[in-house]
Formats: sequence, structure tokens, C-alpha cells
Amino acid sequence: MTVPDVVVCRTGTANLASVLAALRRAGGLPRTGRSPDEIRAATHVVLPGVGTFGAAMDTLREAGTADALRQHIDSGKPLLAICVGFQLLCRSSEESPGAAGLGLIDDGVARFPEGVRVPQFGWNSLAPGSGCRTLVAGHAYFANSYRLESVPRGWCAAMADHGGPFVAALERDALVACQFHPELSGCWGEALIRRWLAAPC
Amino acid sequence: MLGRGADPPLAGRAVLTARVIPCLDVDAGRVVKGVRFQGLRDAGDPVELARAYERQGADEIVMLDVSATPEGRHNARDAVSAVRQTLGIPLTVGGGVRSVDDAGALLEAGADKVAANTAAVSRPELLGEIAGRFGRQCTVVAIDAAANGETWEVVTLSGRRRTGLDAIHWAVRAVEHGAGEILLTSWDRDGTRSGYETGLIAAVAAAVPVPVIASGGAASPAHLVEALRHGADAVLAASIFHESDYTVGDVKQAMAGAGIPTRPVPGHTQGSHT
Repeated sequence: MTVPDVVVCRTGTANLASVLAALRRAGGLPRTGRSPDEIRAATHVVLPGVGTFGAAMDTLREAGTADALRQHIDSGKPLLAICVGFQLLCRSSEESPGAAGLGLIDDGVARFPEGVRVPQFGWNSLAPGSGCRTLVAGHAYFANSYRLESVPRGWCAAMADHGGPFVAALERDALVACQFHPELSGCWGEALIRRWLAAPC
Repeated sequence: MLGRGADPPLAGRAVLTARVIPCLDVDAGRVVKGVRFQGLRDAGDPVELARAYERQGADEIVMLDVSATPEGRHNARDAVSAVRQTLGIPLTVGGGVRSVDDAGALLEAGADKVAANTAAVSRPELLGEIAGRFGRQCTVVAIDAAANGETWEVVTLSGRRRTGLDAIHWAVRAVEHGAGEILLTSWDRDGTRSGYETGLIAAVAAAVPVPVIASGGAASPAHLVEALRHGADAVLAASIFHESDYTVGDVKQAMAGAGIPTRPVPGHTQGSHT
């Protein structure tokens, strides 16, 4: 099998060292990029993200990256979205009122309810629904204050619980969107990345 | 929920698990151990130790750079980079973080979170600057506290300076400034192996909405369980793991026995692993 040509999209403030190291351990050959040409040249694209929803969307729109990402997704090529990267696929976020996301997921993310520790820092267990292939049961590492509450139509979902159920991850064909950090989820996370890298492209 | 003490154990229900965090004190790139940073002795290579703890089931690693010289700091940054290549769990790094650029350099080297201590006490805006650039989920405030009658006082400069600040008030202010997590060390207990300062943990955990990592004084799995029962969301320990008195797995077994939700040690799960 050829080694997947992975581009990790620079969303601005994201710390990429952990993502790049995990992709290498999982057998990928990652590099970073943001221009439409770099995205188009990749077989696999990773959309990471820490920092805020609004700032990350501004960065993606500025360089024409948002359109290139839509084309990559529409052509069915593998995409792995992580944490804020997952949220960027949604319509909006309470974190940045008025900022529009990529809108692939027709719903907005909201802050966790009062009464639980926020940010959610740590390992929570995933319950994958039927139809999930890349997502399997196990413990994943989360670091988030916002989350998607209910499963959007047309997606397979894995759920977790923090003050109520929330969407831990979604998958559809070669697109996997994780609210957690697979790159920080130990050997379980590494196995997930390997399955995603093996997706046909 | 976890961390508020009064609720019954949540075994059987999927919840956020309590974290066990081995701590590596690093001097010039080597792991060292000592009581209150005095009489430091070599305890090994950070890459090997971090990897060994991950295998034992550690949920996260904290690296604290205790180097006193610029070369030492440089070596510590290289150590962060080397650890990152093999470590598949979160890495928090602290020690000598005085500016946003210091934080950025550590994140670039491979830290996932950065802890500020003395510099944040002198200039709390530092926490807001780090959170503003990298996000609250990257921003940890490390608080060293010493008992002062019925309350606790913040100490800085590795315990050399008493600040007169009340530790609970400082915790609340640090969160307002941008801290997303508190690494809370009892200066009286650190290195003494006499158990965590549970009163301090309970008071801080009740005062802030963010997670609290308890540190200082652990000598047995029972001590870690006790800290979690008093409201800590995570427990940090160094010497009990470095001395091989206990493994992370031993601690997790004690936690499970006490009804505290834990992440199973990798390879010891009930079929959830692939």
C-alpha cells in the first residue's frame, strides 16, 4: 500500500506537534499546509484546531482554504477533523456568535451546561452507534468547553456523557470528525488514526 | 458528578474519568527527584519514563522544568520535543514560563498545555495572554500553597517567597484571567509522603469551575483516592512512581475499588481495544 500523503491544515493557533507525531507513529507522512493547492494535492487532510471557532474560520476563509476543504470533502477524499476542527464543520458556535462555520453539519455547537467541570479535560468513554466503522468503543481524551448535543441527520455517531449526552464523534464514508483528540488518546487513538489512514482515497 | 464529593460513585455510568498523572521534574533534560527541589538525584531519561508510564495506564504526563540555567532550559525544551515523538497521551509542561513566547516555544516543541506559576502571580494578565493566543484549554495555572493558620498562602520561587496572597482567592482570579485548569501543590506536603492536603483541595475545587489537579504528599494509592474523594479531578504524583513503589495500574485498581471512574489500563480492557 502506498503511504498516504497527509496534509495537516494550519488553522492558525493550533499546536501541531502532537498531531504530526501521532500521524507519523500511525504510518502517515504528514506535512502542514493551508493553500488551496496544498489541500488539493493531498490524499488525506487533517483539520485540527485549538483556539477559538471565530478566529479559526477567519484564517480558513482568508486563504481560500475553506472552499478547498469543501471540494476535498465533496469529492469523498478522507478528512479527519479534530476538536475545534470538528466544530468548524458545524453551522455555528456559541463561542463566536455571528461567525459562520463550514456548515457541512447543519447544527450549532453550544457550551456544556452549568454544574460540570468546564473545560472538560480528560478521558471519557465512547458509545459508537450502529454503522460506525472507524469509530469503536473505548476511552478518548477530550479538552473542550463546547459540544454538539444531538446527532445530525445522515451521520453515524459515537456518543459520550458530560452533564448529559453529547456527540463525541461523527463519521460518514471517509470523513471522521472527532470532538476528542485521537492524537492524545494513547494506543486506542493511534489505532483509530490507522483505520482512517487506510480509508480508500 | 465527579469532583463534588457529595455525589455517590458513578460506577457503571459513562462519565469523565479521574486522571492519574505522573510528574517528571526535569533538570537540564534529565528527570530528577528530591524533597522540595533540594538534594536532587538523577531519576532517569524523560522519554523512557514517560513511555513506561503511558504503558502503565497514565492518563497524562506533567513535566516541570526545574533548571536554574539558560542551557538547562534549552535542554528541557529538547526533552519536551523528544518525549512528544513517542508519547501518545497529553503532555503539560511548566517551569520558567514568563511570557506568551515562552509558552509558544513549549507548545511548538510538543506540549499540549503550558503551566505558569511565579510569573502569573507577578502579572496575572499573562494567563489571559496565553489563553487569548492559544486557548483556555492550553492554559494551566500552577499554584503552590502553604498553610497559614486556617487558610493557605500562595508561595512562589520554588517556595522561597511567601506572597501574602490567599490561595483560594488567587485560584478564582487566575480562572477569571484565563486559566483553564489548576495544578495545586501543597508546599507543606510536597515530597513528605504524608498524604495530600485534602482541606486545600476541597476548598479550591469548590471555588472554581475548572478542573483541579492535586499535587504534593502522595505515598500510597490510598492517598490518591483520598484526594479524588475531596474534589480533585486529577491526581499528580512523582516519587511513588519513580521509586517503583507502585505502578499507575496499582493506583487505578485502588480507584476502581473505591468506586471512582477510571480509564482501564491499556491492554487490560474488556474487549474495547483493537
